[in-house]
Amino acid sequence: MKNNYTLKSLATLLENNKISSKELTSEYLKNIESGKELNCYNTVSKEKALIDAEKSDERRKSQNLRSKFDGIPIGIKDLFCTKGVTTTASSKILSNFVPNYESTVTQKCDDAGLISLGKLNCDEFAMGSTNKTSFFGPVNNPWKSVNSNNKLVPGGSSGGSAAAVSGDLCVASLGTDTGGSIRQPASFTGTVGLKPSYGRVSRWGIVAFASSLDQAGPITKTVEDAAIFLDIISGHDEKDSTSSVNPKENYYENLNPDIKGMKIGIPKEFRSDKLPASTQKSWDECADLLKINGAEILDISLPHTMSALPAYYIIAPAEASSNLARYDGVRYGLRVKGNDLIDMYEKTRSEGFGDEVKRRILIGTYVLSSGYYDAYYIKAQKIRSLIKSDYVEAFKKVDAILTPSTPSTAFEIANEPSDPVQNYLNDIFTVPVNLAGLPGISIPFANDENNLPIGLQLITNSFEEQKLLNVARNIEETINYSETPEKWWLK
Amino acid sequence: MVAQMIEGWNLVIGIEIHAQVNSKSKLFSSSPTDFGSKPNSQVSLIDAAMPGMLPVINKFCIEQAVKSGIGLNAKINKKSIFDRKNYFYQDLPQGYQISQYKDPIVGEGFVEIETENGQKKIGVERLHLEQDAGKSLHDQDPNFTFVDLNRSGIALMEIVSKPDMSSPEEAVEYVRKVRSILRYLGTCDGNMEQGSLRADVNVSVNKPGNELGTRCEIKNLNSFKFIHAAIVYEAKRQIKLIEQGESVNQETRLFNTQSGETRSMRSKEDAHDYRYFPDPDLLPLTLDDDWIKGLQDSIPELPDQIKERFINEYSLSSYDANIIVSDKATSEYFEDVVKNRNPKLVTTWVTGELFSILNKKNLIIEDSPITSKQLGELVDNIENGKISNRQAKEVLEEMCESGKGALEIIDEKGLSQISDENEIESLVDNVLNSNPKNVKKYKNGKEKLFGFFVGEAMKLSKGKANPKIVNDLIKKKLSQ
Repeated sequence: MKNNYTLKSLATLLENNKISSKELTSEYLKNIESGKELNCYNTVSKEKALIDAEKSDERRKSQNLRSKFDGIPIGIKDLFCTKGVTTTASSKILSNFVPNYESTVTQKCDDAGLISLGKLNCDEFAMGSTNKTSFFGPVNNPWKSVNSNNKLVPGGSSGGSAAAVSGDLCVASLGTDTGGSIRQPASFTGTVGLKPSYGRVSRWGIVAFASSLDQAGPITKTVEDAAIFLDIISGHDEKDSTSSVNPKENYYENLNPDIKGMKIGIPKEFRSDKLPASTQKSWDECADLLKINGAEILDISLPHTMSALPAYYIIAPAEASSNLARYDGVRYGLRVKGNDLIDMYEKTRSEGFGDEVKRRILIGTYVLSSGYYDAYYIKAQKIRSLIKSDYVEAFKKVDAILTPSTPSTAFEIANEPSDPVQNYLNDIFTVPVNLAGLPGISIPFANDENNLPIGLQLITNSFEEQKLLNVARNIEETINYSETPEKWWLK
Repeated sequence: MVAQMIEGWNLVIGIEIHAQVNSKSKLFSSSPTDFGSKPNSQVSLIDAAMPGMLPVINKFCIEQAVKSGIGLNAKINKKSIFDRKNYFYQDLPQGYQISQYKDPIVGEGFVEIETENGQKKIGVERLHLEQDAGKSLHDQDPNFTFVDLNRSGIALMEIVSKPDMSSPEEAVEYVRKVRSILRYLGTCDGNMEQGSLRADVNVSVNKPGNELGTRCEIKNLNSFKFIHAAIVYEAKRQIKLIEQGESVNQETRLFNTQSGETRSMRSKEDAHDYRYFPDPDLLPLTLDDDWIKGLQDSIPELPDQIKERFINEYSLSSYDANIIVSDKATSEYFEDVVKNRNPKLVTTWVTGELFSILNKKNLIIEDSPITSKQLGELVDNIENGKISNRQAKEVLEEMCESGKGALEIIDEKGLSQISDENEIESLVDNVLNSNPKNVKKYKNGKEKLFGFFVGEAMKLSKGKANPKIVNDLIKKKLSQ
């Protein structure tokens, strides 16, 4: 089945009674069933989704809708705590955890009448960029190279979220992005991935990875849908002290693709000989296109870009090592019996966490240790400040910055580098945005010689999501990217 | 006594006071903080560190900390930072305690204490806010430790002194003074038995002229008696070690309240590396000048000021004033009684008889069986000569037992009356001798005059003579 559903189109279909929420939900549940090989979902809330869909249909009948999007089924990254629905963070240590509370973001989805189809696979505790670190096994990219039948990674950590949208196992999904975990998998799957400004979306009820970097955001098929979804999930939350009191805008309603007179920056530090020619070509073409559409293209410099990755891999693990201390087998989640408290801790955490999570806990513990703190953590924070000021300076000159989303297109699972540092390079274009707390979006631009999607990233100043979406919408409207993966898993 | 044992040695003492913030809800959650509730009945998702939970600062606790800082004459830091102190323990759900490390909310200050050699200033290094941990219950099951998280997340103020104290008495006076200030401010109830206020004491000894000794920290002392005893024991232990040619190890020690000894808990080598770093879930705390000014204006009169006022207004001795103001309730009680009364008399009765009754009954002044109004009435009756001091003590005891007022008891017991026969006899004699004509008339049959004699005798005794004895005696005398 090939569909071109979007949040926008489904809202219209539902409004015109062309389809009911229950039919729609059943359709997606069927897609999920037949798409099992993609391994997108950790938990499918089949019964609950159907009941919720029926309720939505009743609301529609009684003209008591929660929003225009009432009744549309979505997928939720398994990092959002959902009341009564298992929430695992794709980790063994939480594999039996059923929260009795609902995250602010998923509550907002519910308030808008969106139906949750279930919980989407991701890297364990959102640590990874291939979705290979999940306790529930890797997610497969719906895309395959035309030159090979081998399975490809969907990116990560929101790999399930991106693959599910790309493979029509939901129309839109929630992801989280700490160093690129929305934008990188979106880029690998030909979807739109939006990471909002830090503080734009509440973190309450989302399993924390690195608190100063984590931000939830949507993965969608279109920029319009990203605007719609951001409208639903954003806003101040008094339960999250880092949530911004900046008033949110009506991103969808105010979406305006007119970019005449805007200045778009191309950062020279993002250029590299190692960048695949097709990616470089897309980047150049996009700049040309924006110019044609009335924008001015400027070369800019973000001098500390190359220090972003090392700084990130100190700050994020440092915070993670502390954030993950609560998974100790005492109150919830996995407990492996031990001879005493320490033994129980060791056994539980040894068995409960996977290698990548352990690696980052060790790094984080190390860099925070007395004697090393100044040399690593403090230094990394200084670099972070420098990166922030790079962007502050840049946005004095330009409205938005255009870069590739990733240094490559999706690669084979088997080809994942064994050196973790090589793997960390996947995030090289996305990480600085998190360190600077800025909004960034990855949009599909073209396909490469292997017919794999190439994503480009736009970045704007903090809380300028509207501008970000406007420029993205301009590109989307112009190129009208409509490639979809061949559904190999149906054969 | 103590001075003798450690003669020839300097004691250097520094104290960390952990004072529970007087607040209905916890530092970062809205759970209640009532003491003695059913285990795990006051635990929010945040206190249990459920996945995805985030702390939200309780503004009231901030206010209490700043007030306390003002009361300790300390610098209020307009920007402070909450840090995570990382360690694993079963009663620490987050795996870290949110505390303040490099940038506390309150900086340097001081308190003044009364010592043998007069006033002494004790420096306060800092006051910071932090979360309390839960409680591990090791005695509920032979195989398991139980955890009660009711206390988890309750706000504590850690008040760190400078190492300015040089005797156990000074240490006790310091803690007493800080406790008193916090109680005046209402920022901590100071209940040491319930653990609302506890002290970690750092002790080292050295010979005068020598460099400072190695210090040991004695944890979790929750009474003045224990603070004193622990310091005495620890100082003696360290002196003995040094005199034997051994050295003192820097370590954390526990005080055994039964044996009065301290024992090693962990050495410096075993000390945790807490891996402090700023909590990324909380923004730096910033306070604005107007808000601080508003709190400054709301600070009530504190013990030092009240003491000075009592000395000036009521001519109290510094010693008496100190005793009275050391506790807010006592100074309020005193002020209630002393209004329009003789301060010296009131002081004697409050610090003497009333305190002795309270001590005997093991009561705090808030639960005194004698209200300030009642004590005032008693003092009035002493002042107007109705009862003697000795009688007043009797009345006070009776007031305590029966709850009746002073006057009622005086009347009931006839305490204000003269019942001494000799005294009354001389009164009666006086009356009869000065009215020979009427005595004659009476003896000649004008018996109505009996009432006249009684009246005169009563008048002479200012109404205090026991009428029955007066009657009897007059009858007897006239019939002679």
